[in-house]
Formats: sequence, structure tokens, C-alpha cells
Amino acid sequence: MTIKLNGDPHEIPQPLSVSALLDTLAIDARRVAVELNLAVVKKAAYDTSVITDGDEVEIVNFVGGG
Amino acid sequence: MADSLVIAGRTFASRLIVGTGKYPSHAIMRAAHEASGAEMVTVAVRRVDISRKTESLLDYIDTAKIFLLPNTAACYTAEDAIRTARLGRDAGMSNWVKLEVIGDEQTLFPDNEGLLEATRVLVKEGFVVLPYTSDDPVMCRKLAEAGAAAVMPLGAPIGSGLGIQNPNNIRIIREQAKVPVIVDAGVGTASDAAVAMELGADGVLMNTAIAGATDPVMMARAMRLAVEAGRLAYLAGRIARKSYATASSPLHGVVGS
Repeated sequence: MTIKLNGDPHEIPQPLSVSALLDTLAIDARRVAVELNLAVVKKAAYDTSVITDGDEVEIVNFVGGG
Repeated sequence: MADSLVIAGRTFASRLIVGTGKYPSHAIMRAAHEASGAEMVTVAVRRVDISRKTESLLDYIDTAKIFLLPNTAACYTAEDAIRTARLGRDAGMSNWVKLEVIGDEQTLFPDNEGLLEATRVLVKEGFVVLPYTSDDPVMCRKLAEAGAAAVMPLGAPIGSGLGIQNPNNIRIIREQAKVPVIVDAGVGTASDAAVAMELGADGVLMNTAIAGATDPVMMARAMRLAVEAGRLAYLAGRIARKSYATASSPLHGVVGS
């Protein structure tokens, strides 16, 4: 199944929790924020929020800025 | 008594707020932050690069000592700024935001209509909103009335280094505002920061002036001193401007008189 991840198509084998997606991408969950279909997923809900076919996911972090 | 900057009940010993962008390296940024004495730094919220591992900015910021202020830079609508603010809150675990709604690509001047709209929404959601706005006293008043915790008028366009273009407006904003006034953007060198503080600004926020200097760490120290000097001069109360001289030495007892 295909999701849209940070604007680009991304294949996942089956529906995944936010935690599982971050694990497969080797991303430290403590340093990012995740949006699923335009709504922020709170960190406490990473294990229970499921990403499935067609979902739009944004994973952001802090970078240098003014 | 300590002369501290207080915003939304949070106390900062330093009145200088600095950015984290455009430094030659993360190590130089960290050294510049140290030299600046700043206790609050701005950060941008951007997509994680999925394709490659990059060094985390946060490895170079001691968040035990330095408070992170996420911005909504490069947002051109209230909607995008609100969305970015919400993500920044979740990434940073604080409800503070440097709110930017940009209205023009070339000048990066704010879209104050969108800014006011986004301020209202985010204040209602419990955010501590610090809006980057024009050097316009009426706009600053409207933002404060909408619940902004401080107002951040620009001194000049972002990254321009032109210094305070409209000192009189900054002075009026300070006289009228019931919230802290942070001059945000436009500083080029230390004297510009001192001018902002002498006008009564409660703080100065800058990025490029330090990060883009030939020696960012030395410039960071210069800015620290300038902000302190400007603040002291403001508190000390400068003399009135006069057109003609007033002698500093006694006029009587001059030899040969």
C-alpha cells in the first residue's frame, strides 16, 4: 500500500502504527512531530494511531532558523 | 534588582534572542550562542529528510539552559502558520511560537491581516504567541489586544542588515504597548542593536547579523555587549538634544581673564 510521506509516495507492507513507521525509518520519536491527514498525532498516541493506504503523513523536526 | 526580560511569566536574564540558521557549522553556532549569553533561540520546523541521516540541530543546543522558540517562517497563510505552530509545539514540548505570516517574497514583510487571524486562533488554543510584524504601532496594538504575549516589530527587512529604519515608530510602539516589544530583524551590527535598546525595546532578536558575520562568535559577544549597553543607556536616561554647545568646564577662573 502507498502513503504520501512528506509529500512523496512511500510504500508500506501493511498498516503501521506511527511508532512502527518511525522505527522503520530509524527516526527518534522524541525529536519529531507527526501529522496524519493534517492533524497532529500526540506522542502518547504514536502506538495506537494507524497509518494505512492513501494516508498523508508529515514528519517534521527542528532545523536552523531565525 | 535584576533587570530581566519577562514574557508570559517566564524570566530571561538576557534581552538578546538569537537564531540557529545560516551558521558556518553547528559547532560555531553553539560557540556563538554561548558568547551571546542568549537564553532563548529560534528554530524552524521542517520536514525530516527521509532519504539521508542528518545531524540533529538539537545536539548542539543545551536545552537545559536555552529555551527553544519554534517559528513559522516561510508560511504565507494563517492556515499554514497555525499548522506549523501546532507541529512545533509537539516537536518542542512548549506552547511558545514566533509567529510569522509572510506577505511578500522579496521583502519578507509580514501579512498583518493573516498574522492577526493566526494570533487569535493560536491564543485561543493556549499558545504563547510572539508575532513578527511591521514597525506599525496600530498593528502592534491590535496584536496585543488579540492576546499576543509580546510584539516583534521589524527594524528592517529580514537579513538586510540595514539597522533600525524607523526609530520613531519603535519608540512609539514601546510607549504604547502593554506587552514586551522585541525588535526582530534588520540588525546589521552592534550599534543597531544598541539603538533598538536605547529606543526602549525590551529585547532584540537577530540571526543573520551574527551567523553571517566573518567571525560569528566575536559578533555574538559584540551583540551581547551592545544590548546591555543600549539597555543601560535607556534606563540611565539620555540628555536632551540641543543645537548649540554647553561647556563642560567652568567658565570662571580662566587664566588671563
